[in-house]
Amino acid sequence: MDRWPDIAAGRVSREILALNFADAHPPLTDAQAVIEADRCYFCYDAPCIEACPTGIDVPTFIKGIATGNLAGAARTILESNILGGSCARVCPTEILCEQKCVRNAQEEKPVQIGALQRRATDWQMAKGVQPFTRAAATGRRVAIVGAGPAGLACAHRLAVHGHEVTLFDAKPKLGGLNEYGVAAYKTPDDFAQDEVNFVLSIGGVTLAPDRALGRDFSIDTLLNDHDAVFLSLGQAGARKAGLTGEDLSGVMNAVDFIESIRTSGTKEDVAVGRRVVVIGGGNTAIDAAVQAKRLGAEEVTLVYRRGRETMSATEVEQAWAQTNGVTIRHWAAPARIEGVDGAASAIAFTRGRVLDGRAVHDGEEFVLEADMILKAVGQHVVFDPLEGSGVETEGGRIRVDGSGRTSRPGVYAGGDCTAGEDLTVAAVRDGRDAAEAIHADLTQKKEV
Amino acid sequence: MADLRSNFIGIRSPNPFWLASAPPTDKAYNVRRAFDAGWGGVVWKTLGEDPPVVNVSSRYGALSYRGERMFGLNNIELISDRPLAVNLAEIKDVKRDYPDRAVIVSLMVPCVEESWKAILPLVEETGADGLELNFGCPHGMSERNMGSAVGQVPEYVEMVTRWVKQHSRMPTIVKLTPNVTSILAPARAAMRGGADAVSLINTIQSVVSVDLDAMAPTPVVDGMGTHGGYCGPAVKPIALRMLGEVARSPDLAGLPISGIGGISTWRDAAEFLVMGASNLQVCTAAMHYGFRVVDDMKDGLSNWMDEKNFTSLSEVVGRAVPNFVNWNQLNLKFKTLARIDQDLCVQCGLCHIACEDTSHQAIARLRVDGSRRYEVIDEECVGCNLCAHVCPVDDCITMAPQPTDGVLTWPNHPNNPMSGAH
Repeated sequence: MDRWPDIAAGRVSREILALNFADAHPPLTDAQAVIEADRCYFCYDAPCIEACPTGIDVPTFIKGIATGNLAGAARTILESNILGGSCARVCPTEILCEQKCVRNAQEEKPVQIGALQRRATDWQMAKGVQPFTRAAATGRRVAIVGAGPAGLACAHRLAVHGHEVTLFDAKPKLGGLNEYGVAAYKTPDDFAQDEVNFVLSIGGVTLAPDRALGRDFSIDTLLNDHDAVFLSLGQAGARKAGLTGEDLSGVMNAVDFIESIRTSGTKEDVAVGRRVVVIGGGNTAIDAAVQAKRLGAEEVTLVYRRGRETMSATEVEQAWAQTNGVTIRHWAAPARIEGVDGAASAIAFTRGRVLDGRAVHDGEEFVLEADMILKAVGQHVVFDPLEGSGVETEGGRIRVDGSGRTSRPGVYAGGDCTAGEDLTVAAVRDGRDAAEAIHADLTQKKEV
Repeated sequence: MADLRSNFIGIRSPNPFWLASAPPTDKAYNVRRAFDAGWGGVVWKTLGEDPPVVNVSSRYGALSYRGERMFGLNNIELISDRPLAVNLAEIKDVKRDYPDRAVIVSLMVPCVEESWKAILPLVEETGADGLELNFGCPHGMSERNMGSAVGQVPEYVEMVTRWVKQHSRMPTIVKLTPNVTSILAPARAAMRGGADAVSLINTIQSVVSVDLDAMAPTPVVDGMGTHGGYCGPAVKPIALRMLGEVARSPDLAGLPISGIGGISTWRDAAEFLVMGASNLQVCTAAMHYGFRVVDDMKDGLSNWMDEKNFTSLSEVVGRAVPNFVNWNQLNLKFKTLARIDQDLCVQCGLCHIACEDTSHQAIARLRVDGSRRYEVIDEECVGCNLCAHVCPVDDCITMAPQPTDGVLTWPNHPNNPMSGAH
């Protein structure tokens, strides 16, 4: 071995990289969209609507596609979910709307609701204008901390209601996970930024990128010149695996690896190991593993503590990883990372099993040699900037009521920093609903 | 194997499937392909007097519905636009080469006896098996007092039919237009004139769609459109009704009928046969998919006949006619109720909303342990069948006939002011 560890950029040509990181699921053609739309039964009290966290009226928008009323279709989607474009691309529809499609019962093949949603939202975005306008200015000001899906949805709805919004984000680009955390081939061609621009074209939103809570401002200072604050902080911290050797070079958080891909134009400058091991069982693990493979890693192994049925990555995501040549190994808990001269060289696992209905890892060990080890064992909310703010937490999240109100009056929260499913579409719902609560609270106060 | 051989007014063909007079039978090339594909006969596209008519470019408009193309087809093409002599020569050649197939010649000349008298011997000389008088074409030719302009006036139908029978020995079918208030009047006129058979229906006057950019009916010809003749699967229900009316009419008893109108499958064919047609003419299905569609028509019809223990067409023809009655002969005591197979139900809710919004509020929408469940409320169900029709799952909603206590028809019903009960 002349080079150890073997971590390098540019393992495949620029042309291959371009192909590997192009749209993984290209849009339906006009004809395909109409054929697919015609498969929708236009159910009454449709199960798909109920299955969508944002409650998009799926049969109505699909009817619009079938009849050629794309403007109506797009508006139906965007009224419920202003980030309908990214949700069409990143939603695990197989466990949401498409899982509930009645076509499953009949032919085990749901209507491709996600793809149809993309058809309609793409059409609207290509028009370059959004179908909403602002109500008369209220003179009220709301600060939003975090410009991910929850923050963007909240900003949009508040702007529609006529409020003035300041949208802060610690990163230089807005979009949150849509910009930095989603596999590049899911939203290629700078889609996340196009969508941010589309959403914010409503007007009334002042952008404040590169501004971090706790560093550049506090909740108290925000409330000095805003009537309300919405916290959509996401989960900025990556969990540690708690392993010996975790600090060796070549060991990375999967989210950082994904971000390095997202921030690279051609991906030629992104280094990847020849042999990569990913620890974790969620969609972040899948996104990291598949992208490692597509960057040219020779062997990518995804190792998960328990069985496939408990992986939080959906069956479709798991199959996608396997189709991309990722080896998935179940029932193995990481034991320690081994290194040579400060660099990771291998990772040891302990085999596990079910004992009395519980997972135990008491089996023999096996060792996978690795040049790069990516940890995708979960993220957490970073609470430091909230200390002393009066915003209470519970179970590792910000505690909110059903409308996003925190324990501190005037402060609301939603998205991954609050409890609930950590999905883009759930974050959009949180932001939208919190905006309605803020609007109601602000206008009520006005009347008193 | 059921015997599909057909003898229609003395014209024999190996099966009852003929291609109707239309673009597919315009010339020898097409007809030879049709015969090679197995069609039992053709009605050659309508011949007229020289000089031939001129057709426009842009001739068809079509109705597509939720992915089904050409559910209805509309055409503005006129009769054959080729010289008479060319058609006659080709007919002669084809009949000589396919002696076992039926070759019928469709005719349309002005309503002048001399015109008919002149053309008939020319046709007879080809060796064709019979004639079909085109009294049906509802567009273009009717503006020149031919086609449906004749078919809509029973006296003209009778008059021209009589001329033809006087000046020709050929078996003669009169093709009827559906663009009339009652199909019985022209059918009776044809019979009076001596027709050997009638064929129905010809196409229905229609505007199939409007081009919202050109602001003109389709097909658009240089910015303008005209009404056309409608055919294809969409017209089958209209054809079956007219067919049944002619078939069941006591004064038309014994008048053979060639059934036409949207026949696309063997099942359609069987329906036409049992409603009284003893011969079948097809056009749109062939225009949609090519002549090969006859394979499944023949095969399917034959298999269905085997399954039903019918050995020949004569055992099939007219079987449903006695059961095709006026409304006032229906039993008002009959009751049927919707039954939902919960194992097949996909929970689309369409039965519920159809009944709730537009019928009798007889399907309850329930949630049982969080799952959707739809249940028939027997007391409210009038047995209308709507739910069974909207349900997307075959056999999920069925209609269950209830025990019936005797027969009560409207003429005897107490609510009828004219009934004997008053």
